Amino acid sequence: MQKANLAEIIDAHAGRKGALLPILHDIQAAFGCIDANAEAAVAKALNLSRAEVHGVVSFYHDFKPAHDPRPVVELCRAEACKARGVESIAAAAETEAGERVNLKAVYCLGLCSVGPNARTGDRLHSRLDEASLLNLVRSA
Amino acid sequence: MTHVRISDDAIARACGADELAAAFESAGCTVDRVSSYGMHWLEPLVDIDGIGFGPACADDVADILAGSSPKSIGRIADHPFLARQTRLTFARAGRTRPMSLEDYAATGGWSGLSRARTLTPAQVVADVTASGLRGRGGAGFPAGIKWKTVLEAPGEAKFIVCNADEGDSGTFADRMIMEGDPFQLIEGMAIAAHATGAGQGFIYVRSEYPDAIAKLNRAIALSADIVAPFSLEVRVGAGAYVCGEETSLLNSLEGKRGEVRAKPPLPALEGLFGCPTVVNNVLTLAAVPHILSEGGAERYAQLGIDRSKGTMPIQLAGNIRHGGLFETAFGITLNELVHDIGGGTTSGRPVKAVQVGGPLGAYLHPDQFDLPFDYEAYTVADALIGHGGVTVFDDTADMGAMARFAFEFCAVESCGKCTPCRIGSTRGVELIDRIRSGGATAADAVERLPQMHNARKSNRSRPEELALLEDLCETMQFGSLCALGGFTPYPVRSALKHWPEDFGQ
Repeated sequence: MQKANLAEIIDAHAGRKGALLPILHDIQAAFGCIDANAEAAVAKALNLSRAEVHGVVSFYHDFKPAHDPRPVVELCRAEACKARGVESIAAAAETEAGERVNLKAVYCLGLCSVGPNARTGDRLHSRLDEASLLNLVRSA
Repeated sequence: MTHVRISDDAIARACGADELAAAFESAGCTVDRVSSYGMHWLEPLVDIDGIGFGPACADDVADILAGSSPKSIGRIADHPFLARQTRLTFARAGRTRPMSLEDYAATGGWSGLSRARTLTPAQVVADVTASGLRGRGGAGFPAGIKWKTVLEAPGEAKFIVCNADEGDSGTFADRMIMEGDPFQLIEGMAIAAHATGAGQGFIYVRSEYPDAIAKLNRAIALSADIVAPFSLEVRVGAGAYVCGEETSLLNSLEGKRGEVRAKPPLPALEGLFGCPTVVNNVLTLAAVPHILSEGGAERYAQLGIDRSKGTMPIQLAGNIRHGGLFETAFGITLNELVHDIGGGTTSGRPVKAVQVGGPLGAYLHPDQFDLPFDYEAYTVADALIGHGGVTVFDDTADMGAMARFAFEFCAVESCGKCTPCRIGSTRGVELIDRIRSGGATAADAVERLPQMHNARKSNRSRPEELALLEDLCETMQFGSLCALGGFTPYPVRSALKHWPEDFGQ
């Protein structure tokens, strides 16, 4: 990771109360992950130990230790989407995704009356059936 | 020129509202993006002079403009789904543009804050207490008592924290408020600040809600002068269900792992950065402006039953024909909600189970559908109202699999601080697998040394396994630090109790 960019991100949040999460979000967004270098830089800037920063990074599902360049399709597998049949279309989507697409399980996108639901980037997709879900995975 | 109103709520957008709005614009119409009425089976819903058309797509535009669309539902305001509701928190739903200060003020916005500012903090607290408002996030703790504790707590700084980490499957009311009526939430927080002496507030939103985050940030900027000197900031979670628990949320806001804190001390006394802190859910804070308006507390207290006062925005979700947001006074039954209002299942099959209160809530059997929606009545029935989510399942649901999922979800989301939740959840998955498969499972094939004290994993009789499950549930319920581990036994036990046939023989 480029030191200059890292320093800019960290500086942008300097002086904020509880700055660690906002900083980590920005690093994750800029680099697609938060690696050991970034952890060390953040730890130094916030006067924390590397272990403390690593403990936070590894706690949250959103933060990744390494960049995964594959496209992501987040498919909700929580109760409301299960009630609307997501499990019966998930297997075909997994096969379609294979190694190329990262088909991730998420637990609730807040669209529980119109499931099954998925998210690609900031775009939400509702009322999925097998055909539309496969299409989503294919075009990811 | 025809003027069209289409929701820009995430549900409407996920169902194609953006494309529909673009189609109307290309047909020469002006389009306003408004909040959602909450009739989600009709989204995207087109509103032309109060007449509704839905669910609409770009292909319907010509017919709608020609006045010959079969998708007309008549006057939206007269729709039975809306007519049956008592909308206080969602009074503006479908009627206003979320980012318009003009629309907000024209519909009574800021009147609660103006009145609150003519009162002393203690008087505001007294109003909230008199209304009977209880925390809508799940625990149901009286809001007035919490505020009073913060008001009277000594501290250089005090904070208002809005819990917008709505992670329960089957719930979306917080999201709808943040996207559809953000000023109402901001007004509620400003009133809470005045009532307790807090100078700063945080809205902790889950990262799964990007639309809500963007709109809140804009709404905060637009209303900064109105709520000053109170200042507000949005903080984004990072994908952790447990951060919906108030002490985990505070740790996360402080930039720590979202681990649960042991109570005491109460957050009201030692909360964010060790300062007295009000932590309330979105729906709780959004109910406050109405309560603080002239006579609002009294009107609020007259609604509901027993100690469950006011209205509850109930979220009809899952396999239900008329899914959406239904705000009503406490006391309504599941029969009314699921059958009369919800129209039964989308699949047309019989209802098998309803989970109330999110992933940690009990599965209720149709035999229990006369239970009134009331905090205490649900507690007596070993169930929870939680955040008001009602998720319907038809007869194809496998309740053994749902019980297994409850443990699995707890294992994925456990913060790890307490043993019953961290280890019990994983043991629960293994146990249910063994019970459902009638003995050993693939996981048991792992080579184990005979001298290990827990080597005997299988070969228990079914009654022995069931007793072990009961023991595990007991340990998790009473030994866990927070509701994640403590309430996971609710879905598990209720599923086993009502549908033992789904657990194998």
